[in-house]
Amino acid sequence: MSAPLQGLVLAGGHSRRMARDKAALEYAGRSQLERAMALLAPLVSKSYVSVRSDQLADPSRAAYACIVDLQPDLGPISGIHAALHAAPDCAWLVLACDLPFLDSATLQQLIAERAPQKMATAFLSDFDGKPEPVCAIYEPSARGAVDAWIASGQRCPRALLAQSDVKLLQARAGGTLANINTSEEYLQARAQLAPARATAAARGVRVQYFAILREQAGRAEEALETSAQTALELYQELRARHGLKLAPEQLRVAINEEFGEWTQPIHGGDTIVFLPPVAGG
Amino acid sequence: MSQFRLSAEPFGGETLRSLLADASCGGFVSFEGWVRDHNEGQRVRGLEYEAFAPLALREGERILTEACERFGVRRAVCVHRVGALQLGDLAVYVAVSAAHRDEAFRACRYIIDEVKHRLPIWKKEHYENGDSGWVNCERCAAIQDHQDPAVVPATAAHTHRHEK
Repeated sequence: MSAPLQGLVLAGGHSRRMARDKAALEYAGRSQLERAMALLAPLVSKSYVSVRSDQLADPSRAAYACIVDLQPDLGPISGIHAALHAAPDCAWLVLACDLPFLDSATLQQLIAERAPQKMATAFLSDFDGKPEPVCAIYEPSARGAVDAWIASGQRCPRALLAQSDVKLLQARAGGTLANINTSEEYLQARAQLAPARATAAARGVRVQYFAILREQAGRAEEALETSAQTALELYQELRARHGLKLAPEQLRVAINEEFGEWTQPIHGGDTIVFLPPVAGG
Repeated sequence: MSQFRLSAEPFGGETLRSLLADASCGGFVSFEGWVRDHNEGQRVRGLEYEAFAPLALREGERILTEACERFGVRRAVCVHRVGALQLGDLAVYVAVSAAHRDEAFRACRYIIDEVKHRLPIWKKEHYENGDSGWVNCERCAAIQDHQDPAVVPATAAHTHRHEK
């Protein structure tokens, strides 16, 4: 049986070439960190943000469960190393925080083609034909290899994957793994991503709040227009607007008086209820 | 036959007992959950239940149906209070009747366990010191406020089950 899969978004870098925090860059109104976490959430058992210890106070990161680098400042391998040590029995779907074009289909393919008996499963980059280490699944067996890699003074996870027993997937078409490093690349990516969102029609939905969420939202229900496409996106929008404290992984969602999935599309006229942890009986 | 209801008014389990009568049944088991005066080290002076009624009714009915199918009991009833309750009040009543005692005990246990985990019902406790809190929720919210720096029990900290 394969190890349970958890998700990790690498947000512990210094963004030196960008000269500002990559995780906070926004596309169509949402930060890259939010976008990456929202992509992961429905596909893994839990998802975490990889951070340096000095980033723990940053509210955008602290909104999520965090894993702190054990060996900081080694680049992406710091985060991968810390995650493999934080949960040695879990496999990790690791994502960089600078992949604005990444989509759920890419991640679903990675998971579907995962080879748990290998050390990792990764795409080949359509840029240089080498393994892409920051949209990849690392199995528990990667821990020893990563430890040894760091101990030998190496850093580059791409080189580690290139010389290890890794299942490699052909690069996906469409450039979903293109990353951005400079302000110019960011502006181009933002322009490309904006129109797609702008055409997503706003829809009218009704949201009901119960118990602790009713108190935090200060209302029992509201009607609103949203461009959120899924229940998860809607919750994130309302969480920010009303300062709701519970994370989506602590809630369930009901759509039109039946239990629903976070990734379920929402439609105009839907009634949506976010369900806090229950306590009947 | 099964029946799940929410009650905004106080009720007594004995009035429901006749719903379970069945000539083919030799065993009757009931469970009553009462409001007690303490929880997790706090003195409780009362509580309130809030339900998302349409879904609670549907899910409650599903639980009773499952119990009948899984354990072969003939009849199952559950009534859950909503609104403000005082110490000693009946909060939830479960009863089943079956041909034999074993399936009746097991079905009754199954129903109350599933009711606690699956129904969209929330409990706010009022404490003697004047505080109040939503059971199972306040700790989650506190964890979101103060992320543990090491590995983060955000989801591990509370383990309410949603799945069947």
